[in-house]
Amino acid sequence: MTSPILPHLIADIVARRIQVIDLTHALTPEFPPIALPPEFSQSAPVRIEELSRYDERGPAWYWNNLSFGEHTGTHFDAPIHWTTGRDLPNNATDTIAPESFIASACVIDCTHEVAADADYLLDVAKLRAFEEQHGRIAPRSWVLMRTDWSKRTDPVAFQNIDGTGQHTPGPGVEAVRFLVEERDVIGFGTETIGTDAGQAAHLRPPYPCHSLMHGAGRFGLQCLTNLDLLPPMGAVVIAAPLKVRQGSGSPLRVLALVAS
Amino acid sequence: MATRPYDDVVVAAPVTVPYVRFSTKGAHWFLARALAGLVEAVGITKRDIDGLAVSSFTLGPDTAVGFVQHVGLSPRWLEHVPMGGASAIVQLRRAARAVEAGDADLVACIAGDTNHVDSFRQSTSNFSVFARDAVYPYGSGGPNGSFALITDYFMRHYGTSAEDYGKLCVAQRANALANPLALFRKPLTLEEYLGSRMIADPIRLFDCVMPCAGADAFLVMRRETAKRLDLPHARLLGTIERHNAFPEDPVQFRGGWAQDREALYDQAGVAPKDIDFLQAYDDYPVITLMQIEDLGFCDKGEGQAFVRRNSFTVDGSFPLNTSGGQLSMGQAGAAGGHLGLVEAIRQLIGRPLGRQVAKARLGLVSGFGMINYDRGLCSGAAILAASGGKKGRKRK
Amino acid sequence: MSAKLQRPARKDPLHRTRLLPMPPAARSRQAQGLTAAAALGEFRLQRCEACRDWQYPPREACTSCLSDRLRWRPHPGGGELLARTEIRFGQELYFRERAPWPVGLVRLDGGPSAVAALHGDCGEAPSRVRLRLALDKAGQAMLVALPEKDTPHMSDDPLIRETSSDPKHRKVLITDAKTPIGRAMAQALIGAGAELVYGGFAEPWKRSADLEHLRALPQVTLVPLDVTDEASVRELAGVIGGKVDILINTAEHHRAETIASRPGVDTARQEMEVNYFGLLRLAKGFGPALKARAADGPTGATAWVNILSIYALTSLPAQATFSASKAAALSLAQALRAEMQGAGIRVLNVFPGPIDDEWNQLVLPPKLSPAAVAASVVEALRRGVEDVYPGEVAKDMLQRFLDNPKGLERELA
Repeated sequence: MTSPILPHLIADIVARRIQVIDLTHALTPEFPPIALPPEFSQSAPVRIEELSRYDERGPAWYWNNLSFGEHTGTHFDAPIHWTTGRDLPNNATDTIAPESFIASACVIDCTHEVAADADYLLDVAKLRAFEEQHGRIAPRSWVLMRTDWSKRTDPVAFQNIDGTGQHTPGPGVEAVRFLVEERDVIGFGTETIGTDAGQAAHLRPPYPCHSLMHGAGRFGLQCLTNLDLLPPMGAVVIAAPLKVRQGSGSPLRVLALVAS
Repeated sequence: MATRPYDDVVVAAPVTVPYVRFSTKGAHWFLARALAGLVEAVGITKRDIDGLAVSSFTLGPDTAVGFVQHVGLSPRWLEHVPMGGASAIVQLRRAARAVEAGDADLVACIAGDTNHVDSFRQSTSNFSVFARDAVYPYGSGGPNGSFALITDYFMRHYGTSAEDYGKLCVAQRANALANPLALFRKPLTLEEYLGSRMIADPIRLFDCVMPCAGADAFLVMRRETAKRLDLPHARLLGTIERHNAFPEDPVQFRGGWAQDREALYDQAGVAPKDIDFLQAYDDYPVITLMQIEDLGFCDKGEGQAFVRRNSFTVDGSFPLNTSGGQLSMGQAGAAGGHLGLVEAIRQLIGRPLGRQVAKARLGLVSGFGMINYDRGLCSGAAILAASGGKKGRKRK
Repeated sequence: MSAKLQRPARKDPLHRTRLLPMPPAARSRQAQGLTAAAALGEFRLQRCEACRDWQYPPREACTSCLSDRLRWRPHPGGGELLARTEIRFGQELYFRERAPWPVGLVRLDGGPSAVAALHGDCGEAPSRVRLRLALDKAGQAMLVALPEKDTPHMSDDPLIRETSSDPKHRKVLITDAKTPIGRAMAQALIGAGAELVYGGFAEPWKRSADLEHLRALPQVTLVPLDVTDEASVRELAGVIGGKVDILINTAEHHRAETIASRPGVDTARQEMEVNYFGLLRLAKGFGPALKARAADGPTGATAWVNILSIYALTSLPAQATFSASKAAALSLAQALRAEMQGAGIRVLNVFPGPIDDEWNQLVLPPKLSPAAVAASVVEALRRGVEDVYPGEVAKDMLQRFLDNPKGLERELA
C-alpha cells in the first residue's frame, strides 16, 4: 500500500500549509566551540579558508575549504561519541539507520526556570507537568529543551563561563533516565553548547545525557535555535548528520516541519 | 739600487677631446676621438701606434682589451691603468720604460670618460669594496664627503683657512679664462668663493670639480722617433709613483710624494726651486696644498704661509694649473690626471691653449687618485723639460 | 643637545604618505660580520689572531701580517674623533632628505680609522667618542659615534631614531594581550612611552585576569583578534592596520609534548596553527600597511616583534612539537625580515628560554618572568637590535649553539 502523504507533503509545503522552520545556526568562525581543560585535545573551531573568489586563484569561481570539529555549531551526537555507546551496533553517523533522522519532536519550555537559574536542571516533575498539558511523550521522538539560550548572540554570554567553569542548563540524571527507560525517546536536543548542563561534570554519573542517552544508543542535538517557533508537540524534525566514516557526529541542517 | 734615469724618452702630441657636461655617447667614443686626435696631430696612421695605455671609469664592461678590438688596433704592448687621477703619471712611467727597452716604439696614452646624468651616482656607489662597505653608507657624499673630512682635519691641524683655499681656486679660474676648452670661464672672486654654498662642511661648491665627459691623450716615444716625425716634444727627466703611502697615518695629511720626492728630484737632476710651473691634481684645494708641501716647495704645515706669499696665475710667482685645472676645466673622469700632463706638454712646447708661462723650461706634473676608503691611495709625479737642453736653456 | 621628541601633531589626511627611500644596502660578505654583531647589539671588529691587530674596513687578510686568521672580537668601542663634516648633498635620496648628515673620522683605540655617523651631541674634533654598531634603515650595520658621556634626550637624536624603533609616542599592537606575557608587554610598552596599545584577544568567553587588568588602563584598547582565523586578522587589519607602528606577536600555543607522548597530531597542529600560521596570517594582514608607513612622520611604522623561543634554534625534545612550531615560525620570520627590509621595517626576533608559565611548571629555574621578556623587548626596540636572547638560559644556549650545535643537540636529548 502506498502512502498518500508524500505528494501532499510537497503541495502543503509550497502552499505554506506546512512551514519549514530552520533550527540551525549559520556555521561561522565566531560561533563558540566547546572548550575542554587544556590537557585534553580541543575541538577545532569553524574555519573558512577562501580558495578563490573570481580572482587570480580561480577566475570564474568562488569556493572555500572548511574545517571544523565534528561537534561544532548546530550539530548531531552519535552514540559512538561516548564511551558508553562505543560498542553498540550502528552507532556512528555512517551506520545509523537513516529512518532515525526523521522523527517527531516535543519541545519543553524551560525559559522561565532558566531565566532565574543558568544552571537549571530539567527534572522529571517538569516532564510530567509537560505531559499533563500536552500529552505523553511518544516513543522515538526527540525531546528538545527550549531555554531561549540561542538568543544569547554574544559568545561570552552564550558560553557563560566563570571561575568554576561553564554555567548552562541541561537535563538532570533522573530526567534522562526517565526519557530513555520510560519514554524510549530517540534523542535529546538543546540550544546550548552541550546536551548536558555546563556543570554536569559534578552529577552522578557525570554528563548523564551523554552517558545514559548514548549508552542506550540514542542521539543528541546541540546549539539549536528557533525552538520558540515550534509547537510543544507535533513538529517533524529532519536531522541527518554527514555520513562520515565512523563519525561521532557532525554539524548539520536541522529542519522542522510544522503545520501552520 | 737607484732608479735609472730616462734615456731620451719624450712626450708629444697633447690632445684634448673637448669636455661637455653630459653626453649620450659612451666612453669608447671619447677615447676613440682622442686616438684619432693623436693620429691626426702626428700625421701617422693608427697602425703606427704599437703601444696603448688606457684609463677610464666608464668603459666597462670593456677594459683596454675590449677597446683595442673596438677601434681596430693590434698593439704589441697594452696597459689598462685603473688609478684615477694618478693614471697619467703611471701610464707615462710604464710607456717610458717600454719605449726605452724597445717593447714599443709609439705609445698612445689616453684617458677619458663619458658622463650620463646618473653616471656619478653609479660610479660612486660602487667605487670600491671599502667605499661600498665603510664610506658610501655614511651620507653617500662620495669624494666630497671623504675630502671634507681630510680638509676639516687639515684646517684644524695646520691652521689653513678657507681664504687660503679660495685664493688657489680664484687663481686657477683666472688661468682658465683664456682657455677655450675650459667649461668654467666666468671670473671667480674670493667673495663668491666664500659665499658659495657648503657641500660637505668645510668644502664649498667652488672647491669641487664638476664631473663631465671628455678625454685627453699624449704620445710617448724615444727622442729619435720624435725627430723622425718632426714632432715638438718635451723630455722626461724623472717620475715617481706610490700606492697606499703612510698607511699608519690616522687621517691623510700627506701623500706618497712626501716619501718619494727626493728620488724624483735626484732622477731628474733638479731641485724644487728650478721648477717653472706645477700642474697639481686639484680635485680639492686641500690636495693641491698637500702636493705643494709634499713635493718640497715648502715644509709640511707651511702650506698656508706659502699660499699667502705667492701668486698662482700664469704670470704669478708660482704658476699653478695654468689651464685652469680640473676646477675650471671640469673633470672628465679618469682624464683628470691627463689634464695636467697634457697642459705641461703644451707649455713646454710653447703651444698652450691659454696663456703661456714665460720661459717655461721645467714643469712638474703631479697625479693623485683612488679614494678607495678614507684617503687617496695613488700618488705620482713627473718632471718634464722643454727640449733643447736640460737646464733649460735654448728652445728649438 | 638633542631636542626632546615631542608628541607629533596630527597628520593632514589629504597629504600623500611619505615613502621611505633606502640608504645604500650593498655590502661585501666580510662586512656582514658587522651586521651579525649589530643584530645582537654588540661592537665587534676583525682581529688578527696572529699579530693581534684590529682590522677595519672588514677584509680577507690581515693588513699588518697577511694572515687570514681574522676573527670577530668584541672591541671596547672607544676612539678619538679626528675630523668631522656635514654631508649636505648626498648621492642617495635617503641622505638628501635627511641632510645635513653628520659624519666623522674616528681613530679607534688601538686600531684603524673608521668613518662613522655622528650623534648630534658629539663635539668638535679632537674629542673622545664611543662607537657602537647600529642597523640602518636598510638593515645593514653602521658605525655610530656617541658623545663620551650620555646627554639629555640622547635617544631623541635623529640618527638614533633612524636606527632604532623607540616606542615613544607610537601605537603598538600586542596580538595576544590575554596572557601574562601579553599583559607584561602592554605595561612595558606603556612605561616606554607608547601612546596607544591595542591588545588583541581571542575566545572572548575564556576569562583572563590579565586582560581585565589591561582593560582598565587608559592607554589600552582591546580588540578582537584570533590569529587562527584569517577573517579575524583581515578584519582587524582593515580597521586598525594603518594605525599600528609596532606589532608585537605574543600569540602562542604552548604545550609540553614529546613525539611519543600522545597519539594524534591535534596538539601539534594547534601549535602550528597559532605559532606558525598565525604569524603568516598576521604578516599577510598587517604587513602591507606597516611597510607603507615607515616614513609616516617621526613616529611612523617601525618594527615587527616575534616572540619565538630559544628552542626555535634547536629542539627541546621534551617539547618537541612546540619547538618545531617555533622553528617554523623562525624560518618564516627570516623571510618576513627580508620582505620588510626593503621597506625599512625592522623585524625583531626574540628567543627566550623557558618562561615561567603553566606549561613550564616542572622546568627547573632559571625561568624568565613575563616582565623580563617584556623589558628585553623594550630595550631591543630602543637599541635597534634585531635578535634578542633574553635571560641566562637563552644566552647560554646561543653560545653553545654557536660553538657546537651538534653537541647541544645531544645535550638536549
